[in-house]
Amino acid sequence: MIDFHLILDKLPAFLGGADGQPLLSTSDGIVMTLELLGASLLLGMLLAIPLALGRVSKNRLLSGSVWLYTYVFRGTPLLVQLFIIYYGLSQFDAVRESWLWQYLQDAWFCAILAFTLNTAAYTTEIIAGQIRTTHWGEIEAARAMGMSKWLMMRRIVIPSALRRALPAYSNEVIMMMQSTAVAGLVTLADITGVARRIYSDTYMAFEPFLIAGAIYLVLTFVFVWLFKQAEQRWLAYLAPRKH
Amino acid sequence: MFLHGYLPSILDGAVLTLKLAAASLAVSVVLGLVGAMFKMAPSKPLRTLAELYSTVVRGVPDLVWMFLLFFGVQMLLNDVAAAMGSAAPDIDPFIAGVLTLGFIFGAYMTETFRGAIMAVPKGQMEAGAAYGMGPLRIFWRITFPQMVRFALPSFTNNWLVLVKSTALVSVIGLNDVMYRADAAKSNTQEPFTVYMLVAVIFLVITSVSNILLGMLERRYSTGLKENGL
Repeated sequence: MIDFHLILDKLPAFLGGADGQPLLSTSDGIVMTLELLGASLLLGMLLAIPLALGRVSKNRLLSGSVWLYTYVFRGTPLLVQLFIIYYGLSQFDAVRESWLWQYLQDAWFCAILAFTLNTAAYTTEIIAGQIRTTHWGEIEAARAMGMSKWLMMRRIVIPSALRRALPAYSNEVIMMMQSTAVAGLVTLADITGVARRIYSDTYMAFEPFLIAGAIYLVLTFVFVWLFKQAEQRWLAYLAPRKH
Repeated sequence: MFLHGYLPSILDGAVLTLKLAAASLAVSVVLGLVGAMFKMAPSKPLRTLAELYSTVVRGVPDLVWMFLLFFGVQMLLNDVAAAMGSAAPDIDPFIAGVLTLGFIFGAYMTETFRGAIMAVPKGQMEAGAAYGMGPLRIFWRITFPQMVRFALPSFTNNWLVLVKSTALVSVIGLNDVMYRADAAKSNTQEPFTVYMLVAVIFLVITSVSNILLGMLERRYSTGLKENGL
C-alpha cells in the first residue's frame, strides 16, 4: 500500500536535493521551513519586547493600541493575514508603484512579514503577562538600589519576565513552526510545499505527506527538548527543591 | 456595488465555516473525553494508545493532516474500489473536513479534559461511589459539573484555534468562506477588500465566542472565592 521506494527516492527532496542534485543544493524543504521560522521568530521577538512594554504602560492610548494590534492578529487566521499581504496589497496602485513592491510581490518576503506580525502579537501578550506578574520584591529591590525606571526595566523587569515566559514561549515556537506549513500554499517550497510538489508530480498522496508529517514530528520533539534544556538553565531557581 | 455582489456568497461561505467548526468541535469533544479516559485508564495499552494519539497528532501541522487524510484516504478508496471493480465514491469535503479537524482537535481536547478531571478532588468521586452511584452517573453528576470550570479556559483556547484552522479546509475543496473569497478575488480584482472582509468575519466569530465563553466561565465559577488581587 505504501511505496517505500518512493519514500527513499523522495526523501532527499526535503533536504534541498531534488532530482539527482546533491543535498542542500537548494534551500527547499527543511531549510526553507527553518529559515522562515528563524527569521520570523527573531524579528517577532524584537518587535514583541517594546510592544509588551507598551501593552503594560499606564498610557491608555498606547496600551490600547497595542491591545488592538494583538487582538486583531490573534483573532484572525494566519492564512488570511498572509493572503492580505501577499494577494491583497497589490490592489493599490500606490503600493505597486512604490519601492516596496519588489519585496511585496515576493512570496518569501510576504511569508516572513505575515509570520513576524503574527508571532509578535502572541509573544507580546506572553511577555506582557509575565511583566505584570513580576514579584513586587524585585521592583522594590531595584528602586532601593536607586535604579531609574528604564535601568530597572532593562536590568530587572525584562530579563526576569523573559525567563518566566519560557514555558509559554516554547508553545508559541512549536505552534509557529507548524503554522509555517501555510507557506506551501503561496508557492514556497517549505516542507509542506515540497510534499505538495511530489504529490502533483507522482499522484501519490500518502508517501510525501507521511514524510512531511514525520519531519514536523521530529522537529517538534527537537524543539521540546531544546526548551526543556533552556528551562533547566534559566528557570532552575523556580524548580521544586530536589533535596 | 460593494464587491460586485459577491458579499452574499462570502457570507454563505461564512455560515458553512461556522457549521464546519461546530461539527468539528462536537467530534473533538467526544474524542477528547474518550482520550482523557483512556489516558487515565488502569490498562497500559489504552494509556499508550491515548499518549500516542495526543503526541503524534499535536506534533504535525493541521494542514499536513488535511492533505494526508483527504488525499490519502481518497486514494485508498480508489484502490479498494478498483480492486472490487466498481467506481470509487468521492469523499464529501464537508464530512472530510469535520472528521479531520475533529481528529486533530480531539488530541488537544484530550489534554484539556485530562487536566480538568485531575483537578477535581478525588474524594468527590469517592463520595459518589459511597452513595452507590455507577461510574457513568458519577461522571455526569459529580465529575463533569466540577471539571467544566477547570476545562473552560483551555477549551476556549482550543475552540478559537479550531475556528482559525477551518480557514485551511478550503484546500480540500470545501465551499467555505476562504474558497468563496478566492473566487471573489479572481473576479473582482479587489483582493484586499475581499480578504479584509474575511478577516472581519473571523474577528466577529472569535469575539462573540470570547464573550459567550467568558459568560459561561463566570457561570461555572459562581461560589468560588476570588483571591482579591
